[in-house]
Amino acid sequence: MSLNLSLNKGLDLCLQGAAKQGEPRLVTVDLVAIVPDDFPGITPKLAVAEGDKVVAGQPLLTDKWHPEIKIASPASGTVKEILRGARRKLERVVVEVDPYAGKPVAKAPAQATAADVKAALLASGLWAMLRQRPYDVVPDVEARPRDIFVTGFDSAPLAPDLAQAVNGKEKELAKGVEALQKLTDGKVYISRRDGQALKDIPGAEMVDVKGPHPSGNVGVLMANVKPVNKGETVWGLDIVTLERIGEYMLTGAVPTHTLVALTGSELSDPQLITTLIGADVAPLLQGLVKDDGRHHRIIAGNVLTGVKIPEDGYLRFPYRQVTVIPEGDDVAEFMGWASLSPKAQSVSRSFLGHFLKRPAAPDARIMGGRRAMIMSGEYDKMIPMDIMAEYLIKAILAKDIERMEALGIYEVAPEDFAMAEYVDTSKLPLQQIVRDGLNYLKKELS
Amino acid sequence: MKALRKYLDRVKPNFEPGGRLHALRSVYDGFETFLFTPNTTSSSGVHIHDRMDSKRTMIIVVMALMPCLLFGMYNAGYQHWLASGSTSFPFWELLLYGFLAVLPRIIVSYVVGLGIEFIVAQWRNEEIQEGFLVTGILIPMICPIETPLWMIAVATAFSVIFVKEVFGGTGYNIFNVALVTRAFLFFAYPASMSGDKVFVPTEPICGLGGTVADTFTGATPLGQVATGEPGAQLVDIVGQHLSDWHCFLGLIPGSFGETSTLCIFIGAAILMLAGIASWRIILSVFAGGAIMSLIAHACATPTYPASYLTIWQQFCLGGFAFAAVFMATDPVTACRTNVGKYIYGFLIGVIAILIRVYNNGYPEGAMLAVLLMNAFAPLIDWCVVQSNINRRAARLKATKQ
Repeated sequence: MSLNLSLNKGLDLCLQGAAKQGEPRLVTVDLVAIVPDDFPGITPKLAVAEGDKVVAGQPLLTDKWHPEIKIASPASGTVKEILRGARRKLERVVVEVDPYAGKPVAKAPAQATAADVKAALLASGLWAMLRQRPYDVVPDVEARPRDIFVTGFDSAPLAPDLAQAVNGKEKELAKGVEALQKLTDGKVYISRRDGQALKDIPGAEMVDVKGPHPSGNVGVLMANVKPVNKGETVWGLDIVTLERIGEYMLTGAVPTHTLVALTGSELSDPQLITTLIGADVAPLLQGLVKDDGRHHRIIAGNVLTGVKIPEDGYLRFPYRQVTVIPEGDDVAEFMGWASLSPKAQSVSRSFLGHFLKRPAAPDARIMGGRRAMIMSGEYDKMIPMDIMAEYLIKAILAKDIERMEALGIYEVAPEDFAMAEYVDTSKLPLQQIVRDGLNYLKKELS
Repeated sequence: MKALRKYLDRVKPNFEPGGRLHALRSVYDGFETFLFTPNTTSSSGVHIHDRMDSKRTMIIVVMALMPCLLFGMYNAGYQHWLASGSTSFPFWELLLYGFLAVLPRIIVSYVVGLGIEFIVAQWRNEEIQEGFLVTGILIPMICPIETPLWMIAVATAFSVIFVKEVFGGTGYNIFNVALVTRAFLFFAYPASMSGDKVFVPTEPICGLGGTVADTFTGATPLGQVATGEPGAQLVDIVGQHLSDWHCFLGLIPGSFGETSTLCIFIGAAILMLAGIASWRIILSVFAGGAIMSLIAHACATPTYPASYLTIWQQFCLGGFAFAAVFMATDPVTACRTNVGKYIYGFLIGVIAILIRVYNNGYPEGAMLAVLLMNAFAPLIDWCVVQSNINRRAARLKATKQ
């Protein structure tokens, strides 16, 4: 049995630099890193010290308040660097990969009961790859999710096809569903893009989704299938994580590799690769970045929700994409607001580029000045959820908890506002506002 | 362009804190961002942004107003030539006359309004905002051509300060700034804003135009309707019959930019194609106006002479169409929810005709209708948002049971 969702809101951005389809190239790296910022809701506490030997799957970090939540090392090797930032905030833990380390001996974990599965997920570090609503954080260890939602595709610009990443892993996926099913009294929903090569997975409720980005966001799936209410908890994950859970349950070893799309208009040969989770980005991009004299912005992730990283940065959660675009701070565009250029990309019909639908190569400029909310209805066109986006944003800015709850803040995550942030003529930082709101709410209510 | 960029970069330090001209920082900022797209890049959230920004939005509205403005110039000349008894109407001379007549008004409105905006931006240490680009051109267009310059200055200053800036600037105002300017003039100086003489320019400008005999009557068609016999024919300022076609084209006395329904429709097309004005609002204003006109027409009585007007006349006369396209659609003061926009627009249409027909004190009701609904827009939105909230609350209740 399967559900059908047809979503009209949102937009698929047409960008230059899509990864060439085909067999991914395997890239080995010397360094991998875990960045605590990728795991919202966790207060990181070090489980290792510089110079320690670690094996793949061994915890590097734990949560200060719930030490059973662990973040595992993606590779065996030596802890090379523990970087702290302002006010001794833990920025990242870097592990130097030992290429000669063998695979640690593993045995499938006990998984007869819900408690077993939970303990296994926590111990393996896979727990930290899950997200819960409300708050869009790593799940609370005490709460039992009402339902679990798995997104089977990434609809973000230039994202890799997740079906390729789990291709031929039917057994693992089924095992993953079996394990997750024990943790919820509800259902495990899995979305797939209409026409995507993803077969029905036994035990799960498949949801066929039609529509532009953000249709692949797990929050959009939740909102359109069964929205979360106050007091409830639901989990969200992607199908790659589901496959990892399945593989771990079958073999006892956590998969350490990930399919990554190297994309963006500033890459000479955008391509798919396989590499370690948390890999150092420099070797991945070596020889690929165009030498055209422009300033580059390297984004770990996609152009909407990714993180700007320096040249010596690392892959960031969910470890599946790197995008390189022009920074644009070296451009002096005369009267850009009057632009008639066919290269200018916009949802507005006042731009030629709107009609040409050619792949664009936008840079990172915000293309205007920050303003108060002037135009109305812009956000709603980009958010396929029953949310009054403008009013929710205003409630967050006003720190009005009651109104945030009434307007459904528990149903949203920052990524759901990314397209709205892209089209906003007032150039407001909506994702940051939503994240701040969620943090504030979590702090006040716990 | 490179030379200009270099020049701007060279003088920039003067405007930064500690510089000689720091007091003019907001002015410099305004010009710099106007000339060159700011190359600030995103620091959080999305890495790419849509090209549309509020500058382009505002400029498109100004462009959509251009047909009305140009026609207004021609019409000002036309009315003057007509009043001075001329029988030939040289196109370019008419246009030039109208241009010279309106130019000082545009300059006064922009200088006063932008001046205040610059000062406030400097004082608050903010960037200059573009909102007044539109307001500044709207003000001369919705006032009679003979409005004294000092009145425009006073009214503009009043509304920019007390309607916009005290609330926080562009994007925060409750009432439409241009309309409050007009309302201020209307209530503070009623003699200069209505009557027979204010809609036709009477003085020659720079040697253009002739002397006007005192005998003409410059009453607007709506003024004639309000004071005349019910069902009487409309006439132009020299007593000739005015056809519906003339009214649609706009060759009638009236506020400078709002006489030509044709040009307003062209502006509406530009705004809707560009996706800036809400078609929901425009459509529902006309729907509301049509329904109210039909009702008024069906129960026409001599007590209310305007009730004899047809739907078509209601749309073409006075400021109705202009208000529907350019005033009601101001996104800041209109309803922000889609359902709310239908209600908001519909009520503007109804109230505009209601005031026009059933209130003999005001021959025109579009301005008051929009201002009244500006006040009610937040309430309408509140109801729409509340329905979303209630839906969510009902869902929560259902799961608890």
